[in-house]
Amino acid sequence: MSTQDPNKPCLTRRRVMMGVPLAGAAVLGVGFWKMLSGMQQGSFNPHDINAPVLNRPVPDFTLPDQTPGQGFATQDLKALTKPILVNFFASWCIPCLAEMPTLMALKDDLELWGIAYKDRPENAAKFLQHSGNPFTRLGSDRDGRVGIEWGISGVPETFLIGPGGIIRWHSATPLEVETIRQTLIPLLAKLKTP
Amino acid sequence: MLSPELGHYALALACILAAAQGILPLIGAHRRDRRVMMLAPGLALGQCFALAVSFACLIYAAVTDDFSVQNVAANSAVSKPLLYKITGVWGNHEGSVLLWALILGICGAAVAAFGRNLPTALRARVIAVLGGVAAGFELFCLTTSDPFARVWPAPMDGQGMNPLLQDPGLAFHPPILYTGYVGFAVPFAFAIAALIEGRVDAAWGRWVRPWAVAAWCFLTCGIALGSWWSYYVLGWGGYWFWDPVENASLIPWLTGTALIHSAIVVEKREGLKIWTVLLAIATFSFSLSGTFLVRSGILNSVHAFANDPARGIFILGLLAVVIGGSLALFAYRAPSLTAGGLFAPISREGALVLNNILLCSICAVVVTGTMYPPFMSLLFDRTISVGKPFFDATTIPLALPLFVFMGFGPMLPWKRAQLWPVLQRLWLAAILTAIAFGVAAYGVSGLLPVLSCGVAVWIIIASVTDITERVKLFRMPLAGSWQRARMLPRSIFGTAIAHAGVGITVLGLAAMSQAQHKIVEVPVGTTEHLAGYDWTLQKVEQAPGPNYTAMVATIEVRHNGALVTVMHPSKRSFNSQNQTTTEVSIHTNLLSDLYGVLGDKHGTDAAPTYVLRLHYNPLAPWMWLGALVMAIGGVLSLSDRRMRVGAPRRAKPISEIGGAA
Repeated sequence: MSTQDPNKPCLTRRRVMMGVPLAGAAVLGVGFWKMLSGMQQGSFNPHDINAPVLNRPVPDFTLPDQTPGQGFATQDLKALTKPILVNFFASWCIPCLAEMPTLMALKDDLELWGIAYKDRPENAAKFLQHSGNPFTRLGSDRDGRVGIEWGISGVPETFLIGPGGIIRWHSATPLEVETIRQTLIPLLAKLKTP
Repeated sequence: MLSPELGHYALALACILAAAQGILPLIGAHRRDRRVMMLAPGLALGQCFALAVSFACLIYAAVTDDFSVQNVAANSAVSKPLLYKITGVWGNHEGSVLLWALILGICGAAVAAFGRNLPTALRARVIAVLGGVAAGFELFCLTTSDPFARVWPAPMDGQGMNPLLQDPGLAFHPPILYTGYVGFAVPFAFAIAALIEGRVDAAWGRWVRPWAVAAWCFLTCGIALGSWWSYYVLGWGGYWFWDPVENASLIPWLTGTALIHSAIVVEKREGLKIWTVLLAIATFSFSLSGTFLVRSGILNSVHAFANDPARGIFILGLLAVVIGGSLALFAYRAPSLTAGGLFAPISREGALVLNNILLCSICAVVVTGTMYPPFMSLLFDRTISVGKPFFDATTIPLALPLFVFMGFGPMLPWKRAQLWPVLQRLWLAAILTAIAFGVAAYGVSGLLPVLSCGVAVWIIIASVTDITERVKLFRMPLAGSWQRARMLPRSIFGTAIAHAGVGITVLGLAAMSQAQHKIVEVPVGTTEHLAGYDWTLQKVEQAPGPNYTAMVATIEVRHNGALVTVMHPSKRSFNSQNQTTTEVSIHTNLLSDLYGVLGDKHGTDAAPTYVLRLHYNPLAPWMWLGALVMAIGGVLSLSDRRMRVGAPRRAKPISEIGGAA
């Protein structure tokens, strides 16, 4: 018996350690179960995370300048009298790059404001130099804080801001000519004739 | 004859056989009743046969356009080419679950057929665990996603397939990837069997390794195929997006890679036993959770499957039983397994431990990055995104030391080693690496790509050096070297080739960071310059296809005036599905890809302009070529005699030798 004593605390420690994977899996499992039951009741939807921001005022934020544009803040959006499009982009994001020509074609019909998300200012500036700059004003969200406030799930994401700074529409995929023609333009027409 | 009802019946039969296979051999092994244990191989073969019949029925229904089967009506159409009628069977949820079950059945049958030299009790338990898992998934298939459900009245034509999936690369991607995922069920079953028996020894390591290596080869090819598909189909010029679906395949690959290395330590030194058992459980658990959580819709991904939370609850219950049950068994039995001996940090086993630590750290980072957004959203009602910057910033610093140690790890001797003599043997690799650094620093921008180029060359040359040192190339007559090379176990070549494959992939990745691209909006006849090539948009034409209309561009690419290639990127609009796809045009010479994409049409009809995306991707094919080389290395080491489980024993039993004498 005396030979087993020194081993005993060691064995207990081993038991605890070997239980760690089970505990970890259990925590994950409970989380998944909560998510699934939330999805069934409609209280949790990972695909439509931004539903709550629709038809609500834009969140509070202030963005520093991103060359070659001037930064903007909540007040600037609330002071709007016409609808504009706010687009989150990043130089590291390939779909954003693919989206740029569509934005360039759109910029004459609808004002575009850009937010460089989690991007070094110099990289974002170079990106806009290469692909063209469709944005009237440009803010730099270097650490992604403002992206969190807006509830974006990735880049590119686009928000249609109505007069008074109300979020009217949102797209979590790169904008395409079809989307603009079928969804965005009818919506704009509705916003302009209240 | 192969009616959907027969298929449905065969699936139900397979489920019953699998349940029997999961219970009877365990009872037999517990009671040490040989007759009951010997039921296992028969049941496994029977289950596999029933699943094969079931799968054949579904293929038959798809090929003969039986639209009274709902699954066929929803995913097929008369006009679909025959190849896609067959491969479309696993392009949807129900069919892919059936394929999953079939591959699991084949794994069980393979253990039954090739595992003759295993101890009867171990083989019975391994087959039983495979049967139990299979029974669960066949039940899932029968109850919540029945591929044979009928629809009445039957429609005249089916709804057709998602045009994105109508692609040869994607047609063969799922079977290979699933074989990789499901293949890890066999090491998992070995781990559970070992926990039940309470014994892990060198022999166990030797038995489990070929199965893990085989599954790893398939998973490697599957991931590479998926990445290649997104490169040429999605048309963004990217090859890896850190998307949850991609991460779901990368996570088991990382733990699986750790497993095939740690199993070597079990085999040679009887160390890392508990750890290896845990890795075997973890790899299969990650495979399971990955494939099925993606379908439940929890993970937000561009690769959308039809989501159904009700299905998700069933899956989660199943995962809880399989993963929770195995981890509970692990928590209960693992502490009583005898721990392996201690070993010196600088030794082959020390290097393998380091390999495991780094691989598992990368895996932990990827798991965290993938699971963080849904959990943040659940706990704090906040949505965040974890993207490429996070993964790049966290995985690369862990991967670089892994690549450095990969170079000399295989050359360290077992037990206790000296670092210096090994490094001395690598002088050539060190010099070439230094040259590579120099060249890269001159021609490549950015610190990480330069470092990556260097380590890639280091891995490749060190792997070659490992072989040349072993055969004493140039230090003895060539005939002698040849003789030594023939005597070397094939697994040594396998290791060297697989490691060199990693180097090739890393070189491709590093070069891809130097890719150049350009987006332009031009009228016909314009010439653009990119990466020393002149790209001229010659014309854009409308071309009708079988179930789409296409806009096809003709781009001539010239280098210093000489014609390099004529590219035809196009954009297809599918009438029935109201969907457009871009057909990328890629010209490759194995050293670089010229990649052209046709975008939207702007401007007036009288003076149209077209958006063109032009990419120059250096060494792009090497990324996937490297993966293929890794898999070839794996196959080569599988062909090593020591690894073949079913290899006939050459040594005669002692009694026979005695009799002869």
